[in-house]
Amino acid sequence: MVEKLFIQGNEACALGAIKAGCRFFAGYPITPSTEVAENLARLLPKYGGSFVQMEDEISSMGAVIGASWGGSKAMTATSGPGISLMQENLGYAFMTETPLVIVNVQRGSPSTGQPTMASQSDMMQVRWGSHGDYEPIALSPSSVQEYFDFTIKAFNLSEKYRVPVFLMTEESIGHMREKISIPKSVDLVARKEPTMSPDEFLPFKNRKNATNPMPAFGDGYKVHVSGLTHNEIGYPDTNNPKTHAVLVKRLCNKILKNREKITSVKSEFTDDADVVVVCYGAPVRSVTTAVKEAREEGIKAGYLKINTPWPFPDDDVKAVCESAKDIIVPEMNLGQMVHEVERVFAGDAEVHLLSKIGGELPKPSEVLNAIKSVGGN
Amino acid sequence: MVDEIDEYTIDDDFEKPKRAKAPFIKYLREDRLPHIFCPGCGNGTIINTFFKGMEEANIDFENVAMVSGIGCSSRIPGYIKCDSLHTTHGRALSFATGLKVSNPDLDVVVFTGDGDCASIGGNHLIHAARRNINLTVICINNNIYGMTGGQISPTSPKGSYGSTAPYGNRDKPFHLAELVAAAGATYVARWTTVQVESAAKSIEKGLKNKGFSFIEIVSQCPTYFGRKNKMKTPVKMMDHIKNSTIYINNTKLMSEHELADKIVVGEFVDKSAPEFTDNLQELSKENYGDKTLRRSAFLKNFDENKE
Repeated sequence: MVEKLFIQGNEACALGAIKAGCRFFAGYPITPSTEVAENLARLLPKYGGSFVQMEDEISSMGAVIGASWGGSKAMTATSGPGISLMQENLGYAFMTETPLVIVNVQRGSPSTGQPTMASQSDMMQVRWGSHGDYEPIALSPSSVQEYFDFTIKAFNLSEKYRVPVFLMTEESIGHMREKISIPKSVDLVARKEPTMSPDEFLPFKNRKNATNPMPAFGDGYKVHVSGLTHNEIGYPDTNNPKTHAVLVKRLCNKILKNREKITSVKSEFTDDADVVVVCYGAPVRSVTTAVKEAREEGIKAGYLKINTPWPFPDDDVKAVCESAKDIIVPEMNLGQMVHEVERVFAGDAEVHLLSKIGGELPKPSEVLNAIKSVGGN
Repeated sequence: MVDEIDEYTIDDDFEKPKRAKAPFIKYLREDRLPHIFCPGCGNGTIINTFFKGMEEANIDFENVAMVSGIGCSSRIPGYIKCDSLHTTHGRALSFATGLKVSNPDLDVVVFTGDGDCASIGGNHLIHAARRNINLTVICINNNIYGMTGGQISPTSPKGSYGSTAPYGNRDKPFHLAELVAAAGATYVARWTTVQVESAAKSIEKGLKNKGFSFIEIVSQCPTYFGRKNKMKTPVKMMDHIKNSTIYINNTKLMSEHELADKIVVGEFVDKSAPEFTDNLQELSKENYGDKTLRRSAFLKNFDENKE
């Protein structure tokens, strides 16, 4: 039976994590994500899981990686300043292909910024924040229900591709209360165990666009996991240009070559639209209202909601917005994902940024005005 | 003039001199040898000492997992045939915490150095000790950053030279064993590469201790510390270490000034206290009715009724 609950976004995330099989959480208190930790501190011991409050975000990410190699589904939750501290060990997780989930409840920044206000200012930080070339997966919910659903999806993608997955939400969704449905059962992706003997198994095999199985520590595979450039066995091979190129390209390609399988978008009224609003996260809520109002006024407007900002859904965006002359990108920052949209259209359509910072969501009227001002009249 | 030159032939019967095999080579990844450690480095001695302690403690090698950070000492797990995480600089103890909590049945050993655990990883060190989590930490203290070329570390003695202290180190060094003891570890010892028997005994006790065990081993880095401090050979370095050593029981009446240049060796703490993963297991038994769930990542179905 489906359970109906009226709960806060961050609580929905914690329930989603339990449902997804997460049995390890390590974190450090930070507004506005703390309720994820608080709820998991309460829930995990009831489900045979472990909650650890670490000394900082650096060690939180380290503990999550350690727990993942111990065989646990593991996650942490934080906000911008915490993500900054996690970047070092996040790079290690990408390099060593460690599945884990990071919840980022975004707040106003830079620096300590606005702890209790919403923003979308970490979109590029999670894409490029750690040093080096890598391809993250990021999901962006725009309701409490999606926050729950995407938490489960994040774990599934993380296990499927052996990669850290970001759940990018904002203070607004994190602290919002809405009615949600909790399904009795959900489809889960279990970690793929190696089937060959330890002597034959190559934990970092150069497989084309596919993910290697991953044993847990103690399974007898005796894996050496290193953040150094490593060969297929896992041994450091740092001065070999070929080893490095093969490894880093494989890490990126396992995401990029599976882009269509990972990405997800939702669109409405785009078939004949002159103006398409490309949006993600909390602003989607205002966009749907604004676009409907525009249609009522006879303006050919539509919207495209991006569920997976990373990897950026190039083909979906291009296909849906083909007929559009103008694209509007509302963001709660001074322009981050808009650069991706501009890259995809490369001059084929006029891309306009509708930026709003300070902590408030763009209002439907502001989005409607933007639609009107770009030629909807 | 010689009409004919005898062909040089290899005598097939010639027997190559057999090299004595190290007794603990069975624990090593032989396919990774030769190692990167400099001639005269203390790491080899410490690896042997570790295995002696491990065997004495009756620890099943199949159950050992190692975690390390960055630096010369942190390269050790890469040569040992066990599951190992070679992580980021200073962070080994946080990875080890997650690993141990995820699977408390593993014997988790951390290899670290003075720069790794006392400088960049200082916060993780004191908090892991405070939690009394069941990890065995072998800290190889060579008073210098070897991997990056001889910069002074937080344990470099006052007045010693390093590439970043060309006029001599003016900072006061950390005393690691004392620091970790104060932070709450339940087994703490300091020995040097000269007292391998005592060090092995402490490793044995550390592995057996159900709690946070910290074994500091003062070691020689002839390549960087020795070269910059008029002790170019390993023997000179080890002589210096030996002559500076004083047993902890003999320090009671000595002043801080008298102890300034000494290496105090012995056991600093050997006590019992509630252990971190035990506490988590108790919590799990109270709320879940069983010990914590292992290998959750490999499960497709979770027992929903078991709350």
